[in-house]
Amino acid sequence: MKISREDVLRVAELAYLDLSEAELETYRAQIDEILEYIGKLNELDTAKVEPMAQVLTTDQQADATLREDLVVPCAVAEDVLAHAPDPEPPYFRVPKVIER
Amino acid sequence: MATNWTIDAVREALAAKKISARELAADFYKRIEARNPELNAFLALTPERARRQADRIDALVAAGSPLPPLAGVPVAIKDVISTRGTKTTCGSKILENYTPPYDATAVERLEAAGAVILGKTNCDEFAMGSSNENSAYGPVKNPLAPDRVPGGSSGGSAAVVAAGLAVASLGTDTGGSIRQPGSFCGIPAMMGSYGRVSRYGLIAFASSLDRIGPFATQVKDVAAILRTIAGRDANDSTSTTAPVPDYLAELAKPLKRLRVGIPKDYFGEGMDADVRQKIEAGIALFKKLGCELVDIRMPHTDYAIAAYYIIATAEASSNLARYDGVRYGLRVEDDSLLAMYRKTRGKGFGPEVKRRIVLGTYVLSAGYYDAYYLKGQKVRALIAQDFRDAFTKVDAILTPTSPVPPFKLGERTSDPLQMYLADIYTVTGSLAGVPGISVPCGKIGGKLPVGLQIFGPAFGEARVLQLAHAFEQAGGAEV
Repeated sequence: MKISREDVLRVAELAYLDLSEAELETYRAQIDEILEYIGKLNELDTAKVEPMAQVLTTDQQADATLREDLVVPCAVAEDVLAHAPDPEPPYFRVPKVIER
Repeated sequence: MATNWTIDAVREALAAKKISARELAADFYKRIEARNPELNAFLALTPERARRQADRIDALVAAGSPLPPLAGVPVAIKDVISTRGTKTTCGSKILENYTPPYDATAVERLEAAGAVILGKTNCDEFAMGSSNENSAYGPVKNPLAPDRVPGGSSGGSAAVVAAGLAVASLGTDTGGSIRQPGSFCGIPAMMGSYGRVSRYGLIAFASSLDRIGPFATQVKDVAAILRTIAGRDANDSTSTTAPVPDYLAELAKPLKRLRVGIPKDYFGEGMDADVRQKIEAGIALFKKLGCELVDIRMPHTDYAIAAYYIIATAEASSNLARYDGVRYGLRVEDDSLLAMYRKTRGKGFGPEVKRRIVLGTYVLSAGYYDAYYLKGQKVRALIAQDFRDAFTKVDAILTPTSPVPPFKLGERTSDPLQMYLADIYTVTGSLAGVPGISVPCGKIGGKLPVGLQIFGPAFGEARVLQLAHAFEQAGGAEV
């Protein structure tokens, strides 16, 4: 077994994800099977391989340069807050996190 | 009135005043009304936006002004791509009421070129799936065979074009989500190189893989849409300044004697016998067109699925951390902030998305990062090297798009690994960052479409399109 019930619980906690008992067991079994399959990567010796951290090659990256850091109008606060679940302009309101 | 509109046909009809852009849009809405209840391919329609744009085009026609390249062309947009003022749900309950305050760059460019946006198309939740059955709003039916899936994740975008409910559409491709539904719905569908099209306004799934690209009924129209949306955008630092060739002009050029690679590694076990027969007939047609067929090896192909599902889920677990019930989307109330996060995410995300968040968080977590994520990134480098090596020998690579024809709804939903394994021919190009197109390559029993995939080197879209166009013109869809 690659992944235990405790592993799934720990990961769900890291991801702030509520899972039901049924989901826990279903995902554990399915992910176990997926990890078992992923284990085939160990057939490859990658000791001398650099991980691919960028898709664009160096010359293409030079293309994708950062834009200039210009000040531009950005009056979107109203639009953005209009779609928040609990807005208190100019803030987003959340449940209390600090005890007084 | 014509039923199979193309970009050129729309343009000619408008210029000759045979129809107005407004009438054309109204005609498409009538078709949608008749067909969408069965197909479930559109999630939202934008008739007011379409009418405003159509009126602008009709004013140009009335004034005798030059028409922009996509004037009056009715198009549809996958619901993971932001549209100002129109709900963009990503096929998820967590964004059921989300209305973006801005347009994606690709949408803006389509409209600037004259296209008329009809609405938003159904898809697998957050583009995670290969059958469109992971949408929180129900599956899309394949218009060619309503008991079958349209493919995924851009199943709605493929289905609306195949059913004649839009002339073209935008989808997104992370591991095959444009090419595979294109194949399943019998239409050409293209993913440009990584960096070719701006992703500004695309709601992220896996940022090192996600790309936006077109569906249309003919390769020429795919080329026209790609040309419109491609090119540098200051709002996406991964979009490159590499010049965008005039793909349409490239299509018109005669096909030179090209070397096309047939990778043995894509023709092993697991391919449906009928698919194999069609693909072999398709390859024979390329030979007839004067291409030189070259046997090549891409030795790491068999490891692509494993590497892909590590990298894609890892990036997804990070990208989807933003859905926390604070700034937009669903919130499930609780007195505690952390419990509010957990409940919101537990209720808002569907099963496939949760499964991928758990897997992705696991492969990135302390103690497993090296064994999984780092290993995946190293194998990704080997797969990219396979492509670079191949393109020193050949101009393009031919493969099947999918090992199986469109399957029946519900047939594969209980086994996620089996569903993942069917992405084998498309994820390789996604990992490598190269462009790929799926073109229709016959129908099994005259009914179920097969797609042939053409890969080119990074930023070699013109060659890929030229080959696809020549194949289509030579009757590829009927092999």
